[in-house]
Amino acid sequence: MENENEINVEISANHKLFDLHIGETFRYKDLILLFVKRDFMALYKQTILGPLWAIIQPLLTTVVFTIVFGSLAKLTTADVSGDFIIPGFLFYMAGNICWTYFSSTLQATSNTFIANRATMGKVYYPRLVSPISTALSGLIPFAIQFVMFAVIWLIYLIKGGTDIHVTLNLLFIPLVILQLILLSTGFGIIISSLTTKYRDLAMLVGFGLQLWQYASPIAYGLDLIPEKHLAIYMLNPVTPIITTFRYAVFGFGYFNLIYYLIGWIVSIGVFLIGLILFSRIERTFMDTV
Amino acid sequence: MEKLILEIKNLKKEYKLGQIGGTTLRDELQRLHAKLHKSEDPTKKIGTATYNYGEKFLALNNISFKITKGERVGIIGHNGAGKSTLLKLISRITAPTSGTIKLKGRVASMLEVGTGFHPELTGRENIYLNGAILGMTTAEVDSKIEQIIEFSECRQFIDTPVKRYSSGMYVKLAFAVAAHLDSEILIMDEVLAVGDVAFQQKCLNKMRDVSNEEGRTILYVSHNMNTIKQLCDRVIVLDHGTVAFDGDVDNGINHYLGVLDDKFPNKFDLDSAERPRLLHGQKIRLTSLEFLDKNSAFFDRHETMRFKISITSNANIDNLRMIIVLSTINGEKVGFAQSDVPFLNSSSNKKYDLFLKMDISRLVEGKYCFIIDIFSMDDIGNHLSYDHPSFNIPFAVTDNNPNGIKPNSQRWGSAEISSLHCYDTVLD
Repeated sequence: MENENEINVEISANHKLFDLHIGETFRYKDLILLFVKRDFMALYKQTILGPLWAIIQPLLTTVVFTIVFGSLAKLTTADVSGDFIIPGFLFYMAGNICWTYFSSTLQATSNTFIANRATMGKVYYPRLVSPISTALSGLIPFAIQFVMFAVIWLIYLIKGGTDIHVTLNLLFIPLVILQLILLSTGFGIIISSLTTKYRDLAMLVGFGLQLWQYASPIAYGLDLIPEKHLAIYMLNPVTPIITTFRYAVFGFGYFNLIYYLIGWIVSIGVFLIGLILFSRIERTFMDTV
Repeated sequence: MEKLILEIKNLKKEYKLGQIGGTTLRDELQRLHAKLHKSEDPTKKIGTATYNYGEKFLALNNISFKITKGERVGIIGHNGAGKSTLLKLISRITAPTSGTIKLKGRVASMLEVGTGFHPELTGRENIYLNGAILGMTTAEVDSKIEQIIEFSECRQFIDTPVKRYSSGMYVKLAFAVAAHLDSEILIMDEVLAVGDVAFQQKCLNKMRDVSNEEGRTILYVSHNMNTIKQLCDRVIVLDHGTVAFDGDVDNGINHYLGVLDDKFPNKFDLDSAERPRLLHGQKIRLTSLEFLDKNSAFFDRHETMRFKISITSNANIDNLRMIIVLSTINGEKVGFAQSDVPFLNSSSNKKYDLFLKMDISRLVEGKYCFIIDIFSMDDIGNHLSYDHPSFNIPFAVTDNNPNGIKPNSQRWGSAEISSLHCYDTVLD
């Protein structure tokens, strides 16, 4: 025996509240990487354009948004009132790539148990590996889209004539991404835990996300929301993420520390509740799914 | 060194009867409302009164046993005995209702072939993926990938997506990965059934080797007693969720197969047996069958089987014939035997006792059963069946010739169809 660090497992009916198998999940990091690789490769197998699809989708959405909400509906693209010149195309794209990651990750992780039941019903691995790898593999198209966004952003920056400028706000970007991951995965695993018993929630996810998008400042600027309703509007945890992202990349915009912190508390809370629910369900979900 | 590797104590697993899962929140609320108002559950299906919601079913009922390092344990039992539930609990797919399982070491379970294979990925990519699912790191797979490919016999197709694989190649690849895993416990559930005979043999040898050389513990579930005999050195028989037998292989298999005298009675009442609907009405009725000179239906293959059947006739039928269709106890057809041509001309309202004998010297040792068909042929050769009870009459064939070869019925079939006679030898 090469390594004598013996693995002792005890399986019993009792369950601790915070029995998350973090250490064990970490031991399966190779599996997480392979799942990420698998998801990414399998997605674009037998397609001609391959990962280009990751660009085409948000690009077309942004074009449509620019025409419908910008040119036709003439909705504001400002998060704070004032006389700023913000290129509409860049504005919609910033919202779109964040929202695309959020909604696709939420949708994919909410399906964890049902999509993987064939594998999970036959072999053990820490169940948390699946949603984690889903959230990570969503980062690949996000990264591609982010690069595309950065290129367009640079073009506008060099061309000039807009109010975009480089500031230290850019440091918010990694925080925005982390918060996106926590919030989408948190909601996703809550839903996945509940759908093992109630399939209704799976129905809700698709169209719920559609409604949610309208409740978030993606197709319009935050300035559109009347001051007296702003406090309610900001309770949507996606809103501070999107506005902070634009605040970071444009160098100006809406940033309110209190709403921002509330957003973080909600994200972490949702994620923790998700973990607890998930670890309760994962032990016996095969009996009910 | 007797090292305890698996200890199971008072294990229970309970399932709810009736519909579970797939319920909607509305159903649940209605059920709750009904419960609070003590009215009838509106979501309950009509006619399911036999088991109400909330009634429990114990798939495993208080199971305890210990397995030490290097043992090869076969788990057998009828369908529904709890074998798969037990393996699911040990491989941590679902949690027990009560009791504990203590494991020392990693568990590689193959409860189904190629779980975790992704159809779009190539064989090589799937080896890494499946290895990781079973708990190997990429570095471990790297060091073994050549052996795995070699063992799987799939080298030619290793860079082809597995969706184009045949089911046999699937099993070979999946087994190759699991067999090369450095796990202390290897769990196999009937997975070898898909591979061809040569590969099955290779797998059994491989499993025996890893168990002997590396001291790995094997838990193996199968309905194929030959593979159990070849592989295992201990057998646990499960019956209705309890351990019915735990001990050496031969006794375990006999216990499972129920080779007990009362399981092979010498008399059968066929009057009450079910029958298929017959085209020509039931003009003849087989009422009973009795094996002669026997207390139970065990026959040496060198003796002649004698039996008596009793018939009630309701019509005048000329040239009745009889055929018996012989199968192994597992339902594989072996062959048939037919009566001499002038067999019986029946008259109405008569009862007959017919005494028959049958040569069973071509059958190898094992358990068989047969069904009886009484019929006649019309002028153009149509088969007109008059009675055909759907009742399998079981019997066992033993082979008491100490000098003869022991036929392997799994590999050679159940009937020795002819002898080979060397009628000339020419010196070249």
